[in-house]
Amino acid sequence: MEEIITAVIPVVIIGIICAAVLVTASKLMAVKEDERFPEIRECLPGANCGACGFAGCDGYAKALCDDEDTPINLCVPGGDGVSESLSKLLGKEFAAAQKQTAAVHCSGDCTKTQDKVEYKGMESCKAAKLLYGGKGDCTYGCIGLGDCAAVCPEHAIMVIDGVARVNKSACTGCGICAKTCPNHIISLVPANARVTVMCSSKDKGAVTRKLCSAGCIGCKKCEKTCPNGAVIVKDNLAVTDYSKCMECDGAVCAENCPVGCLTINFQ
Amino acid sequence: MTKLIIILLSAVFINNYVLSKFLGICPFLGVSKKLNNAVGMSIAVIFVMLIATAATWPIQHYLLDPHDLGYLQTIVFILVIAALVQLVEIVLKRYIPSLHRSLGVYLPLITTNCAVLGVTILNNSENYTFIEAMVNSLGSGLGFLIAMVMFSGVRSAIEGNDIPESFRGLPVTLVAAAITSLSFMGFGGVIENLFA
Repeated sequence: MEEIITAVIPVVIIGIICAAVLVTASKLMAVKEDERFPEIRECLPGANCGACGFAGCDGYAKALCDDEDTPINLCVPGGDGVSESLSKLLGKEFAAAQKQTAAVHCSGDCTKTQDKVEYKGMESCKAAKLLYGGKGDCTYGCIGLGDCAAVCPEHAIMVIDGVARVNKSACTGCGICAKTCPNHIISLVPANARVTVMCSSKDKGAVTRKLCSAGCIGCKKCEKTCPNGAVIVKDNLAVTDYSKCMECDGAVCAENCPVGCLTINFQ
Repeated sequence: MTKLIIILLSAVFINNYVLSKFLGICPFLGVSKKLNNAVGMSIAVIFVMLIATAATWPIQHYLLDPHDLGYLQTIVFILVIAALVQLVEIVLKRYIPSLHRSLGVYLPLITTNCAVLGVTILNNSENYTFIEAMVNSLGSGLGFLIAMVMFSGVRSAIEGNDIPESFRGLPVTLVAAAITSLSFMGFGGVIENLFA
């Protein structure tokens, strides 16, 4: 009996001391968490996709707590529903969520460009990319083995004639495909963007022209004709500034493009 | 001084906690998928090993040994280390939030990790002085870091391969871990002869 007591008492005493220290420490050094944080976090879908520009849903919720000026319509997968519940919770004016869709910046299908090798390896763009930069002539373009289609949770991407195509009505704008594409030719663009550049080649015009009849040759015709300065040719490739592009009613740039690599999105 | 260097080097290479003593296998397999996480976890382990040794060495020598309570070693050490790690977490959260953000996730995971407990117990069974014990803990932590970094490299190399269906996931990881630990057998006997 005595042995048990001599063993138990020290352990109990050490336990009590530890408990006392921890309780005082947690009381003294408690960090205040914003009360609204759990509620805001509850509104967000929890996909942690990062489409809002913050590090996951927690990051966005924290930014909403800390900074009054954080817009409430940044959650793309949540759409208007999240934006509405956030506006109720935070007493801010409702703003429609900016819907974004994925766009594959390549139009080099099998009629416009050729394969340089006959690829018989794994059915994966990532694997094909490791082998001489992909099977196609153009190393910037779509490899067409459908890594993006495989990861798309909405099955909104299909490879047609060797180029991935996005079904805009099914796309939620999560951006997983953009992260997966080994050539980084998929990006998220506003769903109502008027004009999209359908090429990613940074080769010089003459080189691009030889490899693909639909490639951007960097002639700057679009840059010169755009009334709002929304298209700029950088590194032999036209790039659109979507915020400026929205102000335009026409599509002068696309009409003037000699290779037709600017497409007009009809709404 | 030579003894301290021998203790440090042999803790890192010969008696590597993960690859030779097979302690701390859980974080070794669990957190070694990405290099960033592996490094974060290892730094947390080094940190916890050091503070755990600093706290348990006096307990062993001034409380347990004089009163013939050596048999309470395991339970008392677990109790003290767990409370200590919790305390450190609270303190970090309050005063160094940036460090808490980078280490915070890993601290509760290694509260009473067997590698941490193993270091503190082996420090006593080897009869190290306080300084020697601290050096041994540092070496053990560094050995853990090396094992984690090496293995995360091995794992990322595995990821890109076409592995037979039945080997995918944990099985191939365990095979790779076994081969990695074989490589550390090569260090046997090196350190003793280095200073001979």
